[in-house]
Amino acid sequence: MTSTVLRSRAWKLLEMVTTPLLPSDYLDLVSPLRAGADLRGRIEAVRPETGDAATVVIRPGRGWRGHTAGQYVRIGVDVDGVRLWRAYSITSPTNRQDGRVTITVKAIPDGKVSNHLVRRAKPGTLIQLDQATGDFVLPRAKPAKVLYLTAGSGITPVMGMLRDTEFDDVVMVHCAPQPQDVIFRSELHDLVADRKLRLTEVHTDTDGMLDIARLDELVPDWAERETWACGPAGLLDAAERHWSEHGVQERLHTERFRPSIVVAGDGGEVTFSATGKTVDADGATPLLDVGEEAGVLMPSGCRMGICFGCVTPLKAGAVRDLRTGEITEAEPGVLIQTCVSVAAGPCAIER
Amino acid sequence: MTAIDPTAHLTAEQIEELGRELDAIRDEVIASRGEKDAAYIRKVISAQRKLELVSRGVLLFSIFPPAWLLGTAGLSVAKIMDNMEIGHNVLHGQWDWMRDPKIHSTTWEWDHVSPSDQWKHSHNELHHTYTNVIGKDNDLGYGIMRVDEDQKWHPFHLGQPLWNFINACFFEYGIAAYDLELSKNLHKHRRKNPEFRARAKAVGRKIRKQVLKDYVIHPLLSGPSFLPTLAATFTANLVRNLWSHSVIMCGHFPEGVQVFERWSIKGETRGQWYLRQMMGSANISGSKAMHFMTGNLSHQIEHHLFPDLPSNRYAEVAVKVRALFEKYELEYVTGPLPKQVFSAWHKVFRLSLPNKKPQVKTPAREQELLAA
Repeated sequence: MTSTVLRSRAWKLLEMVTTPLLPSDYLDLVSPLRAGADLRGRIEAVRPETGDAATVVIRPGRGWRGHTAGQYVRIGVDVDGVRLWRAYSITSPTNRQDGRVTITVKAIPDGKVSNHLVRRAKPGTLIQLDQATGDFVLPRAKPAKVLYLTAGSGITPVMGMLRDTEFDDVVMVHCAPQPQDVIFRSELHDLVADRKLRLTEVHTDTDGMLDIARLDELVPDWAERETWACGPAGLLDAAERHWSEHGVQERLHTERFRPSIVVAGDGGEVTFSATGKTVDADGATPLLDVGEEAGVLMPSGCRMGICFGCVTPLKAGAVRDLRTGEITEAEPGVLIQTCVSVAAGPCAIER
Repeated sequence: MTAIDPTAHLTAEQIEELGRELDAIRDEVIASRGEKDAAYIRKVISAQRKLELVSRGVLLFSIFPPAWLLGTAGLSVAKIMDNMEIGHNVLHGQWDWMRDPKIHSTTWEWDHVSPSDQWKHSHNELHHTYTNVIGKDNDLGYGIMRVDEDQKWHPFHLGQPLWNFINACFFEYGIAAYDLELSKNLHKHRRKNPEFRARAKAVGRKIRKQVLKDYVIHPLLSGPSFLPTLAATFTANLVRNLWSHSVIMCGHFPEGVQVFERWSIKGETRGQWYLRQMMGSANISGSKAMHFMTGNLSHQIEHHLFPDLPSNRYAEVAVKVRALFEKYELEYVTGPLPKQVFSAWHKVFRLSLPNKKPQVKTPAREQELLAA
């Protein structure tokens, strides 16, 4: 008998001993970060970056498979006893010696998780983790010239790249309301001093919003550069138009933190058929949030309509896609993304 | 059905006002649910698991009498915690708001032969909706007993003290049979119903796993302590069954608790539903430890009013609910465990014999008119 067979038999026996629980339910009591456990992490430190941003140092569990510079990680944090999931860009380089990863979080107004992480999270706290994901990453072949175009917390995935890989010719244009709002400012200035980076800061409180046409003056050779852009929808929309107009859209890579909303639905009564719960939903709240609010266990992912981690059968009624305004009606086999779908009249989903 | 309706003095408007006041109590708890409550249930779950683990560990040496005693006591308490403060309440969805898939009504399984999804249907949907409605709420005497004067007497009921005692000893099996609605489903034409067969199979699987763990694997692991460990797990299951049966009897059977006719719940308003829960349940008074070991079902009245509020909050809710009972001049049925258990058993004995149809008492003034 091979050792794997032996091990699986021993595990079966353990399961018979612990039923109706699983052996892992007991192992979690002593070793929540062990190999084979659900992926979790422990917060080791929370370091302030600016007045409303902080870097969270996380020791991931043994099952962590690492990340690629620019990717994000979903974390589940208990805020006031309620588990909330959010995605944050990883700001640590991939080759960090101690195996820790960092995320850098900017507290947004009314943001439950961001405010909790920036202002209240304590070292020692366990959080839930997913494997890193996202395709806003550096290519394998090094481009000759690079432009990073960022605004606000959009700097976070780019910081992960800057710390990870050095290029010969890197320019960064970063927008923030005021100098003290620039996250990682001293580190960026160190890179500038070492001639590893050319940096233009646009302080929008005094300079106004960045007009994308000004790139010609700030970075004359922008169209030749492989560009990574991350920031609010307005900036990214403008960049996508600008790059397309100049026929160089294949050089532009963008990362959005939130879906851009086109039309709201009409709302209606939502029935969660598996749990039998029924709640009223408005036309702006995604069904994912509606379900979570009602205590239904909803699978979730990126929460912005790209990862398909939240798909759920639509059993009855109709829903509207927040990004396109498109209506989907229930039919056997129809799956919807609950994170970008809202009720368009009464509907039922299988959760 | 008692002769006099103890809620007759309330107007329809008062009943709705009572409903609004109860809603306000509920909203207050929901608004203040948070980190402390989450920490509470996690602590209880972790304590239960450690206690069970240690007790089963001690029982590996159960051939030594002190180890047997200690292990059996620990395992009994662990099983009671699993079923009462944790299982019953998690399965009610009291902790669903935490959105922790490991502590959620849809994923939880308990140390009990009735699979949790079947129990949830018969308990949460039937018993809690139709509380104490004759013919609708099977918890009323579990279909084997007569617990109200208005229920029809049958010679079978002569044996009900014995049926109740046997049910108490093997309570978890009684519940499993009851969740399967065996008495109804064993009829010839129902027996082959595929839905029933699937549910019966699920119960069979659950029983097999439970029995294998308690009566085969754990004793085998004990080696020379095989027989003492077998006796220990049997005792722990018996203790858990007797205890939970007693607590649950106290919830709806003691004297003073009202039952209701089927017709009386037609078109029931929220206020009337609350009122039925208030009149159809009874509490147990006692210490904090007592409340804990009953899974806070000692606050049965509060639990029936708000089945999905976290159990650790019932004690504070009880103070406000009791004040409402006084305000609306209603009887809050409560008492220490021995008294309530005696009262419930007394009823089981009393109603094993037939009784006269209860007289509806007519007011004195009307009697005078009739006599004249």
